[in-house]
Amino acid sequence: MEYEPVIGLEVHVEINSRSKVFCACLNNFHSPPNSNVCPVCLGMPGVLPVLNVAMVDASMAVGLALNCTISRWSKMDRKHYFYPDLAKSYQISQYDLPLCHDGYLDIEVDGASKRVGITRAHMEEDTARNTHTIGGGISGVDFNRCGVPLLEIVTEPDIFSADEAFAYLTALKQILEYLNVSDCNMEEGSLRAEPNISVRPKGSTTLGVKTEVKNVASFSGVRKAIEFEIKRQVKALDSGEAVVQETRGWDADRGITVSQRVKESAHDYRYFPDPDLMPVVVDDAWEERIRQSLPELPQARKRRFREDLDLSEYDAGVVGMTKDLADYFDAAVVAGAPAKQAANWITGEILATLAERKSDITACKMKPEALASMIGLIGDGTISGTIAKELLPDLIESGGDPKAIVEERGLVQISDSAELEELAQAIIRDHPGPAQEFRDGNKKAIGFLVGQAMKATKGKGNPKLINQILTDALSQE
Amino acid sequence: MAKITLEDVDYVAGLAHLTLNPETREAMARDLGSILEYIDQLERLDTSGVEPMMHVLDVTNVYREDTVGESLSQEDAFKNAPKTDGEYFLVPKILDGE
Ligand SMILES: [Zn+2]
Repeated sequence: MEYEPVIGLEVHVEINSRSKVFCACLNNFHSPPNSNVCPVCLGMPGVLPVLNVAMVDASMAVGLALNCTISRWSKMDRKHYFYPDLAKSYQISQYDLPLCHDGYLDIEVDGASKRVGITRAHMEEDTARNTHTIGGGISGVDFNRCGVPLLEIVTEPDIFSADEAFAYLTALKQILEYLNVSDCNMEEGSLRAEPNISVRPKGSTTLGVKTEVKNVASFSGVRKAIEFEIKRQVKALDSGEAVVQETRGWDADRGITVSQRVKESAHDYRYFPDPDLMPVVVDDAWEERIRQSLPELPQARKRRFREDLDLSEYDAGVVGMTKDLADYFDAAVVAGAPAKQAANWITGEILATLAERKSDITACKMKPEALASMIGLIGDGTISGTIAKELLPDLIESGGDPKAIVEERGLVQISDSAELEELAQAIIRDHPGPAQEFRDGNKKAIGFLVGQAMKATKGKGNPKLINQILTDALSQE
Repeated sequence: MAKITLEDVDYVAGLAHLTLNPETREAMARDLGSILEYIDQLERLDTSGVEPMMHVLDVTNVYREDTVGESLSQEDAFKNAPKTDGEYFLVPKILDGE
């Protein structure tokens, strides 16, 4: 039988507020264990948690960016379970009245647009982190993470392949980064994705039994885990076995999912409204204030780059990849750089140089204005593109004004015809072979000769002029 | 009529990590049963024109600003800990995933 997979995604995002969600402890992944803790996040009896308003703002921003309806009235609930990562034996979360609901995110898969429904996005607290490396039958618990604001974003079962799941996660992460609400660092756990997967006979409209996969540490891991689960479930159904509704852990080393035996009753969370926390009531003014504060979002920005600035689909995608990069590009254009040329430099030499240093645009010392100025110097013939390329690593590393550096290092392009004519004669003399080829009609041979001339001038020769002079010299003979 | 069986009591007690002796178990079944009966009575009221009460308090929008305050010293944090190595709270090894 032919099957089709149906996939939903739950994504947990740690919000990067300065302090935790219900107490004033520092929200920082890198602090020594159990140094950002207080009676509230340690779950001591008698304490009073108070909601961090920055969490509501950030959650609303994400909700609006995902086209959600923002609840006029929502509340915090207690979700009960026993686990060492949760000292008070309940997690503060939102149950039946989440802050954001009924949204969508449009994604692109293989050039086609597709809409993924967002069921809800709700506020909760992260739990403590357990470490199992201590040995001796002992686990260690670090409460620094307990009480870190966490937003859970749940999709409808609208995703039908591992590639679509990957595209959704990529687009979601891009939005979260644009909003600057999270570090989105999967290795550090500030972004966690849990797919739930079922398969059903192709064409069927009812859902099959689903499994939920946890412990996936990267988007490519999510893709692999989904692919594995689809194969595993199809195989089970084909051989007459049932798929069991369960949580499975992703074993990245072995590339398989493994059943995590959890008692069924462990999922009976006995939610009830948390009497410690007051309902969140959002009026139009509050929602509007957050809406106004939203930056131009990735899709809109990419569209503007394509339509208004005439960038190619590819360039618009690369330049708009991160907000920092898109801001850099925009600033260069504002500073006078022609958009296409700015995009070429960014997607080409600049990103390549940064990638070599395992760095990104935030570490680029060359200001966008300097890029514009450098492109200007090429445009007015002051320097050649070759010289610009040579200058670039230094500019990226140390910054500075390209014009001043060009003058200081004597890199101004040689556009003196007499000097270049003399050089052309020498090049022809030294390379009789290619010169003869050109005379014999192989026009491409001029490239080699121009290259030699550029080499001789250490890149300072005006390549256009050299080409002209060499062509004239060889044709006149 | 709501009826609470002993199995229901065991299930709920299990969820709450409570161990009940036989008498308490019976008493719980009775008490929980009568509480639910009372709820049943309430349900007979016509509440079609009444807005549901979602929260016990009539206060909304209580927040703290996003400022960092003081946390406990590690020494204080571990004061009540049954077991610690000075860095972590130590608990019997956790076997399940999460
Ligand atoms: Zn705290």
